[in-house]
Order: sequence, then structure tokens, then C-alpha cells
Amino acid sequence: MLPEIPMVFILLGLVAYTVLAGADFGAGFWTLAAGGGQASRTATRDHARHAMGPVWEANHVWLIFVLVICWTAYPVAFGSIASTLAVPLFVAAVGIILRGAAYVLRPQLRDARAIESLFALSSILTPFALGTVVGAIASGRVPVGNAKGDPFTSWLNPTSLMIGTLAIATSAYLAAVYLAADAERLGERELERDFRSRAMWAGVVTGALALAGLLVVRVDAPSLWAGFVSGAGLVMVIVSGAAGLATLVLVRRRRYGSARLSAALAVAAIVAGWGVAQRPAFLPGLTIEQAAAGRSTLMAVVVSVAIGAVVLIPSLVLLFGLFLRGHLDEAHEPQAPAPDTRPVSGAQRLRPVAAFAAVSFLIGVAFTLFGDEGWAFTIGVAGLVTCAGSTFFLAVTLPQD
Amino acid sequence: MSVTAWASCLVTAAGTPIPPAEQEYLFLARQMQALSLAVHIPLVCFGVAFPVMVLYSEWRYLRTGDVMYRALARRWSKVMLALFAVGVVTGTILSFELGLLWPNFMASFGNVFGLGFALEGFSFFIEAIFIAIYVYGWDRLPPRLHLLCGIPVAIAGVAGSLFVIAVNGWMNHPSGFTLRDGRAVAADPWNALFGNPFFWHEWVHMYFAAFMVAGFLLAGAYAWGRSRGRWGRYERLALTIALTTAAVAAPLQPVIGDWAGREVARLQPVKLAAMEGLGPTTSGAPLHFFGWYNGSEVIYGIAIPDLLSLLAFHDPAATVQGLDTVPVADRPPVNTVRFAFQAMVGIGSLLALLSVIYLYVRFRHRRLPTSRWFYRAVVAAGPLAVVALIAGWITTEVGRQPWVVYHVMRTSQAVTGARGIPIGYGTLIVVYLCLAVALAWLLHRLSRIPLDPDLDVDLDGQADHAS
Ligand code: HDD
Ligand code: HEM
Ligand code: HEM
Repeated sequence: MLPEIPMVFILLGLVAYTVLAGADFGAGFWTLAAGGGQASRTATRDHARHAMGPVWEANHVWLIFVLVICWTAYPVAFGSIASTLAVPLFVAAVGIILRGAAYVLRPQLRDARAIESLFALSSILTPFALGTVVGAIASGRVPVGNAKGDPFTSWLNPTSLMIGTLAIATSAYLAAVYLAADAERLGERELERDFRSRAMWAGVVTGALALAGLLVVRVDAPSLWAGFVSGAGLVMVIVSGAAGLATLVLVRRRRYGSARLSAALAVAAIVAGWGVAQRPAFLPGLTIEQAAAGRSTLMAVVVSVAIGAVVLIPSLVLLFGLFLRGHLDEAHEPQAPAPDTRPVSGAQRLRPVAAFAAVSFLIGVAFTLFGDEGWAFTIGVAGLVTCAGSTFFLAVTLPQD
Repeated sequence: MSVTAWASCLVTAAGTPIPPAEQEYLFLARQMQALSLAVHIPLVCFGVAFPVMVLYSEWRYLRTGDVMYRALARRWSKVMLALFAVGVVTGTILSFELGLLWPNFMASFGNVFGLGFALEGFSFFIEAIFIAIYVYGWDRLPPRLHLLCGIPVAIAGVAGSLFVIAVNGWMNHPSGFTLRDGRAVAADPWNALFGNPFFWHEWVHMYFAAFMVAGFLLAGAYAWGRSRGRWGRYERLALTIALTTAAVAAPLQPVIGDWAGREVARLQPVKLAAMEGLGPTTSGAPLHFFGWYNGSEVIYGIAIPDLLSLLAFHDPAATVQGLDTVPVADRPPVNTVRFAFQAMVGIGSLLALLSVIYLYVRFRHRRLPTSRWFYRAVVAAGPLAVVALIAGWITTEVGRQPWVVYHVMRTSQAVTGARGIPIGYGTLIVVYLCLAVALAWLLHRLSRIPLDPDLDVDLDGQADHAS
């Protein structure tokens, strides 16, 4: 039981990353494929570009989450995966840097083609590379050991290529749904219509790819296929297919909110299906149970994820609540009124602060220099920090002549 | 059984779970790791220190109603977001690299220290979420709520650096596990990470360093602007806040450095010997400034008798362990470590002096210094602080060699067997160079956005802003 809980976290993180960051990647895709709609290319690009600004960093952290849980809870598997699949992982990493750079630069560079293409290309490259990694693991091509697998065929093979492509298609689809919803919120009729039809098309393509993918798996990874067509694996495949069809209907009816939920369900179901189909193996010859770290490490992971979730979930709800309701759009409204202010008569209150700074300086220096045990250093550091803080306060509030 | 005893078992039983591959790329892998860290760490100094400065400005605005503070906080928060984003992607590279370059290290010990990164992941989540709300929410949220939303960003900066340095402290002073077949079993991650005597000084020292780096670099930008005639009230205010941030940290940094040095003397005597180039074990050991370690002693240096013993153990007669207590194969590259250490201490002393001068003038004469040389020194202080930062990490990391986990796993056992590291290294250099150029361009550009015209400022200093 316990050895599998971190795997559940990993799969959940993977779903969140696919659904949330996937939509960011897809927005990049649509800046490349901006033609063919009623709205102009520039308007389309601007729309795709503005959409993700505030949330992409938070969405990106899901990837970090997956990595750190994997290396903490299943260290040997992580080492094997990272060394055999060094090439696609490196490509993904470079794609991530380029995308981050493009995000940072774009607000200042409205129409620079180079940045725009860089952004679009890295938005396609990264999900593709990460998809091939998933494919390599799913098709059992990562043996246990330091770079024991083939550096190229491990990720250049039918299953990997298929999952890589599917990752791009899913991203494009998720982004189109989101962008249509966002256009509706902004009252941009043309953009909304464009992205709605893009979403329909992308949805159909994604569905077709997924079906084709199953056939690829059947030939290329028979044991995975066996897991997909029996028991819980089969249920998950069916759920995913049904949810996928439902999103198409919902998008058609312009019920974008529900469409996004059902799209997330489709992704979640197929990821869960993968987990079930592959269980109990993690890598060939290594079960999840064998790969798992010891009990206290696993407990530590579970406890910290539980505590983390308590902080994280409300924060995420707050962020997406503000974001989806447009509270984080660029504002063109008058600024918030200045608060009631009290004139500060700094000068009189400075003397006690100065005394305080001096005392904490003496305490801090004495305890840090002459301490040799934990408690002494604690007092010393507290003294140094309060000294720094109060001196800062003094130096910046002191009136200047 | 002690960790050190296990270490000898490990060396004989070459049975790591993933056996070490050929070592041809070890050196490149180390360079690659060092390069990526050297790019990431100066950036995250801003992640640690900038939120505090921005929040302070906004808080002053709420207290005094002086819109200048608001303008400052707003403009800085844009820069903060840009630097944060670059910090995020460079940090992601580091996470990938841990697996790509050191798979054996991860495979053998991920279960012990991985928790630190998991916790760090959560603090990044919080940071990313609230930095977005803060920066994009300027005009949308009520002022007080807006300020509140900035506080988690500052806290997450502290927590994030704490967790990652806990990992580094563990690598330097590993504990909390049993070694079997070269792999950690029975790991107790909480104890290993946070019950570790080596990490507290690293964290506090790094935290102060972050304020110095961010403060001096930022102040340097305004000091440079001053020489170009940009010296309105806005600039003076910005410089005061940034420079004060750095100046209150710099004079205290040597005190913390002394603590760090004593911990190193206690727990990693070989590193201390390398920092000083001390060949034989000596009582009343001298300290050398400059000079060169020729394999047994420091030549051409200026020796100060007993000083090393005094500094390391606060006792001029204390015995300091020399490099010859361990076989040659177990010694770090002495000159690298020594040079880096001296650079850090030298720069640290100069910056402390500069800060004391600044604080003296500020308090004594209640104004900013006026000397042109002072502002030139401030311009230089930013890059120097970065050099000290990197030099400090070189001292710590190279001084730990040849171990990746001190006395437990050699770096050569950790490295990947994958080929193609030269290609990866080359690519990474190109990417980082482009990133640096892009970032420099962006910061320049952001600094040229004119201030809000309706700010009531003394217009003299503003003339240049219209450009
Ligand atoms: C602005 C940066 C800066 C400045 C001015 C200083 N340091 Fe430092 N130092 C660091 C930035 C740094 C660092 C980069 O943050 C390190 C690397 C690892 C660590 O914990 O902090 C470090 C490490 C480090 C170590 C090794 C600790 C270890 O291996 O765990 C020692 C002994 C010192 N420092 C001592 C000093 C002294 C005596 C200074 C007096 C002037 C000083 N440092 C100034
Ligand atoms: C934060 C500042 C850090 C800096 C500047 C830094 C610097 C370096 C440098 C310069 C090297 C190369 C050593 C050599 O060339 O001989 C290195 C190696 C390494 N560092 Fe650090 N390090 C830092 C923190 C960390 C942390 C927090 C970790 C946590 C896991 C870490 C993990 C490693 C590893 C795995 C290696 C490779 C093995 C080795 O050469 O020792 N470093 N680091
Ligand atoms: C002493 C060394 C380090 C410090 C103080 C530090 C601190 C930080 C901070 C404060 C951030 C937040 C981003 C920002 O504010 O710019 C950050 C980002 C990051 N750091 Fe580091 N870091 C250090 C070393 C490392 C190492 C060795 C790794 C990886 C092995 C790492 C991985 C990351 C990652 C993955 C991110 C991005 C997280 C995100 O997506 O938001 N860091 N780091």
C-alpha cells in the first residue's frame, strides 16, 4: 500500500501538468498556427499570448513536483530513467529555458518574429520530448542501471513518437478550449468562434490519435496493451473515451467550463489507465514495491505532501479564481484610491530603535562569535537579524537633509 | 557504525545499485553542474531579497501615502517577476541535471535528501502563485490585501533557500541513514536534513549573501544612473532602500563567516586545510595571505603566525589538522579552494568597509554620500558581491571533493554513464549566453520606461526620463 502512494502523487502531478501546463504549451502552438480564422492573425496571436501570463509559472511547478517525488520515493528508477533518457530530457530542459525566456521578453517585444517563433517551437518541442519519455517508460525500454538503455531507440520508437504527438495534440486542444472561453469572457465574438472550431478540430484529431495510439501499443508494447484491454485498465480507457466525446459535445454547446473539466477527466483516466495497466512493474524487472524507498522516507513524503496540500490547494483555488474571473488582466482602470495616511513623525521614534539596534548588535555578535552550541547560535543569529532589520529601518526612514 | 566506517565498505564493495560507468566525462559533468549553479544562484538571490524590498516600499506607501514609494514598488515588482521567471527555468535545469549528470547519486541517496527538494517544490508553488497574484493584481486588489498577498512570496523565498541548502548541508555532513551495498537504507530524512549541524551556518550565510548580492547590484544600477545625470527623488529613494539592504547585511557577514569557518574546522578538517593550504598538522598554525600552494606548503604568501588557529578554534595555540592526514587521492584541489576562499574573504571585507562608510555618513550627516568615488565603488560592489557568492560556493563544493557525499560517495561514482555530455555542455553554454543577453536587454529596457508623469517629483532629476 504505502509504496504505491507516492506513485499516485506522481500520476496526479502528471495529470495536473498535462492539463494545466498543457494548455500553456497549446497556446504557444496556436501562435504558430494562427491563420485560417475570421479574426486576424495578429489578433489571434495576441489573444493566445495574453492568456497564460499569470499562471504559467505555477503550472510549471507541477513538473518539478513530479520529478522530486520520483527521485525521493523511487530513487533507483529515477536514476535509470534520467541516465537512459538523457537526450529527450535535455531537449525538454532546453525547451523550458527558451519558453521561460520568451515569456519574460514578450511583454516588451510586441511583434518580434524571432521571439514569437522561439516561443512556438519550444512550446511544441517540450511536450513532445516529455511525451517520448513517457512512451519509453510505458513501453518498457528503460532497463535498470546507469545509462543501460539505448540512448536513441529508447525514445525514438513507435510508442514514444505516438505519445509525443499525442501530447502536442492534447495541448493544442486544451488551449483552444481555454482560449475560446477566455474570448467569450472578453466579448470577442470572432476569436471565440475561431477557437471553438479549432477546439473541435483539435479534439477530433486528438481522439483519432488516441485510438491509433492504442493500435500502436498493441503491436509495440504488448504487455501494456494487455493491461489496457482487461479489468480496471479497460474501464479507464472507456471512461477516457467517453469523457473525450463529451468534451466535443460541450464545446459545441459552448459550455467551456464543463468542457475543460471533462477534458481533464479524459486525461486523468488515460493516465490512471496507464498506471493500472503497467502495475506492478515500474521498469522492466523492477516493481514499484522494489523501487520504493524505505518506510520512513515514504512516510515523510506522504506527510509533507499532505501538509503541502493544505497550504497549496487554497492558494491554487485563489489564484485560479482570480485568474479565470479576469482579476489578473492588465488593468486600464483608474488606480485604487490612496489609503488614508497618517503623517509619520519619524524623528522622535528613532532613538529607541537605534538603542534596540545597538543592543541586538552586541548580543548577535557576541553569541555568534563565542557560541559553540545550537542555542547560542540561535540567539546570535536572531540578534544579527534584528540588528540588520532595525538598522535598515533607521537608515531608510531617517529624514534626509 | 559510523558513516565513515561504512565509507570504507563502500569503496571496497563496488556494488552501487547502478554501477559507475566510465569516467571520461566526469570533469565536464562537474563543469556543467558548476556552470548551471553559478547561473542560478545569483538569480535566486533576487528571489530571496527582492520581495522584502518591494514589500517594504509598498508598506511605506500605505503608511505615508507617498506615491513615490508605490511607483518604486510597482516598477521593482515587474523586475522581480522577470528575474523570478528566469530563476524558475534555470532552477528547472538544475533539477534535470541532478538526474542527467549524477544518476548514481540520486539512485543511492535520493531517499535520504529528496525530501528537501519535495518541500522546496511546495515553497516554489507558493512563491509562483503569490508572485503572480501580487504582480498582476496591482490595480485590482484592495491595497492592504495586495500587500498581504506579497508576504507569502517573501516567506517562500526564505523557505525555498532553507530546504535546498539543507540538502547541501547533508552532502557535506551526511547522516541519518545506513549504507548497504553502496546504497542508503533505513533512511531517516527528517533527521538527515534538519538535524544536521552543518546546514544552519550555510543557510544564514547564504541568506545574508542574497541580500548583499541583490542590494548591491540594484544600488549599483542607480549609482550608475547618477553618473549619467539620473538623480531625481525617485532614484535617490531607490538607491537608499537598495543600498541600505545590502549595507546592513555586509558588516555582519564576516561574523557569520567566522561561524562557518569554525564549523568547517570541526566537521571537515580537510576542507579547512585546503582553504588555507596547510600541509602538515600544526599547532599554532599561521594564516597566509596570497601565495601559492606547491603541494606541501604555501610559498610567496604573507604569513601571520597563529592566526589560523585563532580563527578556526578561537585559540592561538590550537592544533589544526593538515592535508597530510589523508591520502593524496582524498584531497581537494587546494589552490582552487584557497584562491576562492581568499577572494570571498577579501571582497567581503571590502564590502563591509564600504557599508560602514555608507551607514556612517547616513547616520552622522543624515544624507547620502556625495563623493563620486563612493558611487563608483557602489557600481563595482554588485559584481564583486556576485564573485564572492560564487567563490564561496566554490570553496564549499570544490573543498568537498573528491566526495559528492562527504566520506560516503565519491563524485566519480556518482557520474552518469550517458554519452554526449560535451554536446549538452556546449548547448547549455550557448543557451545561457543568449539568456544573459536577453535578460540584460530586458532590464535595460525596463529601466527606461518613463515614470508616471503625474508623480509629483522634482522635475530636475526627471529630465532624462522622458527619453
Ligand atoms: C556575498 C557573498 C559572501 C561574502 C561577502 C562572504 N561569503 Fe562566505 N560564503 C558565501 C558567500 C559570502 C556563500 C556563497 O554563500 C557560501 C558558500 C556555501 C555557504 O554556506 O555560503 C560561503 C561559504 C563560506 C565558508 C565555507 C562554509 C562551508 O563550507 O560550509 C566559509 C568558511 C566562509 N564562507 C567564510 C566567510 C568569511 C570569513 C567571510 C568574511 C568576509 C565571508 N565568508 C564573506
Ligand atoms: C547553491 C550553490 C551551489 C553552488 C554554487 C555549487 C557549486 C558546485 C560546484 C562548483 C561544483 C563542481 C565541483 C568541482 O568542480 O569540483 C558542484 C558540484 C556538485 N554540487 Fe554543488 N553547489 C551548490 C549547491 C548545491 C546543492 C544545494 C546541491 C544539492 C544537491 C549540489 C549538488 C552538487 C552535485 C551533485 C555536484 C556534483 C558532484 C561534485 O562535483 O561534487 N550543489 N557544485
Ligand atoms: C543555494 C542554492 C539555491 C538557492 C538559494 C535556491 C533558491 C531558489 C529560489 C528562491 C527559487 C525561486 C525562484 C526565484 O525566486 O527566482 C529557486 C528556483 C528553483 N530552484 Fe533553486 N536554489 C538553489 C539551488 C538549487 C539547486 C541545487 C536546485 C536543483 C537541484 C534548484 C532547483 C530549483 C528549481 C527547480 C527552481 C524553480 C522552481 C519553480 O518552478 O518555481 N535550486 N531556487
